[in-house]
Amino acid sequence: MKSITKQKSLEEIQQQLVGLDRVYIIGCGTCTTMTRTGGRDEVLEMKERLQGMDKIVTGWLVTPTACDEMTGAALVHANGAIANASCVVSMSCAMGVQRMAGYLDKPVLPALDTLFIGLESSPGDFHEICAQCGHCLLGYTAGICPVTACHKHLLNGPCGGTDSGRCEVDKDKDCAWTLIYKRLKQQGRLDVMRRYQPVKNSQVVPRPRIMRVD
Amino acid sequence: MAKSFRDVLKSDKFVITSEIGPPKGTNLDSMLHHIDILKDTVDAINVTDHQSSVMRFPSLGGCLYIKEKGAEPIMQMTCRDRNQMALQSDLLFAYARGVRNVLCLTGDSIVVGDHKDAADVFEMDSSQLLRTVRQMEAGRDLGGNELDGGVEFCAGAIVTPEADPLEPQLIKFEKKVEAGAEFIQTQAIYDLENFAKFMEYARQFDVKVLAGIVLLVSARMAKFMTENVPGIFVPQSLIDELAAAPKGQALSKGIEIAGRMIATLKDEGICDGVHIMAIGKEEVVPDILAAAGINGRH
Repeated sequence: MKSITKQKSLEEIQQQLVGLDRVYIIGCGTCTTMTRTGGRDEVLEMKERLQGMDKIVTGWLVTPTACDEMTGAALVHANGAIANASCVVSMSCAMGVQRMAGYLDKPVLPALDTLFIGLESSPGDFHEICAQCGHCLLGYTAGICPVTACHKHLLNGPCGGTDSGRCEVDKDKDCAWTLIYKRLKQQGRLDVMRRYQPVKNSQVVPRPRIMRVD
Repeated sequence: MAKSFRDVLKSDKFVITSEIGPPKGTNLDSMLHHIDILKDTVDAINVTDHQSSVMRFPSLGGCLYIKEKGAEPIMQMTCRDRNQMALQSDLLFAYARGVRNVLCLTGDSIVVGDHKDAADVFEMDSSQLLRTVRQMEAGRDLGGNELDGGVEFCAGAIVTPEADPLEPQLIKFEKKVEAGAEFIQTQAIYDLENFAKFMEYARQFDVKVLAGIVLLVSARMAKFMTENVPGIFVPQSLIDELAAAPKGQALSKGIEIAGRMIATLKDEGICDGVHIMAIGKEEVVPDILAAAGINGRH
């Protein structure tokens, strides 16, 4: 599972940096390195771009896993160069940004947008397959999640927009319910699809979601 | 006053419905004109609910004008824009103002419409909305709380008889019937042989089926629909027939084709009625019915 990110436009990064001229850049050695949005190469590219905006880059670092608590130790290690900066530009996902912001008293600004938590189904091909809805229905849907894989997160079968197994909103996407139907049919379990699924509980864990494990 | 739509459905009459699309804005002239044309022509008038996810004057608003003009509205209700609270609340208001028919739809995707960045809801799907209507009729809301004054609706749904693959759609169709759908208005159909096969299947269920008739206005439109609209198949023979129409006569040909299809569906007893979607050409609905040999509701 990877946190899937996309780089923000330079214009938006610049907007966040108004009044902040000295920048320290932090990338992440895990997800954003895999997705080539915040690894070493992208951090070095960002360094040049920020310098092109007349920013002073006081240093940079690629922390092994930005969302991990070990990031605290990495920030202590880089303390001098960070102290010289007026802010940190993070090239991790939003979890890394928040981890860093908790450790630092300077602004931590995201250079990336966090899109979804995805599984790499083949190299470079990331799919969101779980929306963490709080009540798993995979037992009724042949192991394919309609809450995530159906554009309208329908629970009782396909909408009328499906066409030849494709989703109406994007011909490159499969219709989740056609996949579910085919797999249930192959398993001889179409009766499961005929079962009515009631409206989902949207408040299984009301937001913000917290779990305490003792 | 028009006969209640449920009474029409229960009669042996070949049922005819049509629909109007409310405007984007508060200039209601065209919508009111369309209501005037349709009110004495068809048994009930659907009002679309932000059709194709384009923000418009509300379906419920259109329904109230239809009521004012003494006709029978069918409120189309999609699950795209409202959560269970808002949907139930609108059902209460609609009932209180005399709207007695609701067509329960999942709704088009937000991204095909004109507010592409908007949040979509889809907390419910069409079958869940149908069950919500029935639960409210039994006196309780979805939270299980007692209603002070209930509702009663003639509730319907849709089906796509030309879907590929078809079986998942049929499973959903059966779920809608089980959920209490009294009538079904289908997606546009053009191949009457395919549709008759679908009806052989649908006849097993206690539900009235109205075939969807979308007026074809040109060979180009017919070709576009069959190539681009999911669940619509226009046979080549119809496309050729429209293409062969003399210049400026394509609309008349489309009216003739729609009328011919309706006459066949009626005369051969293939289904219980038709739902005519003229998509902006509501003026010609009476012509379509005349071409079918049907002269008005009465």
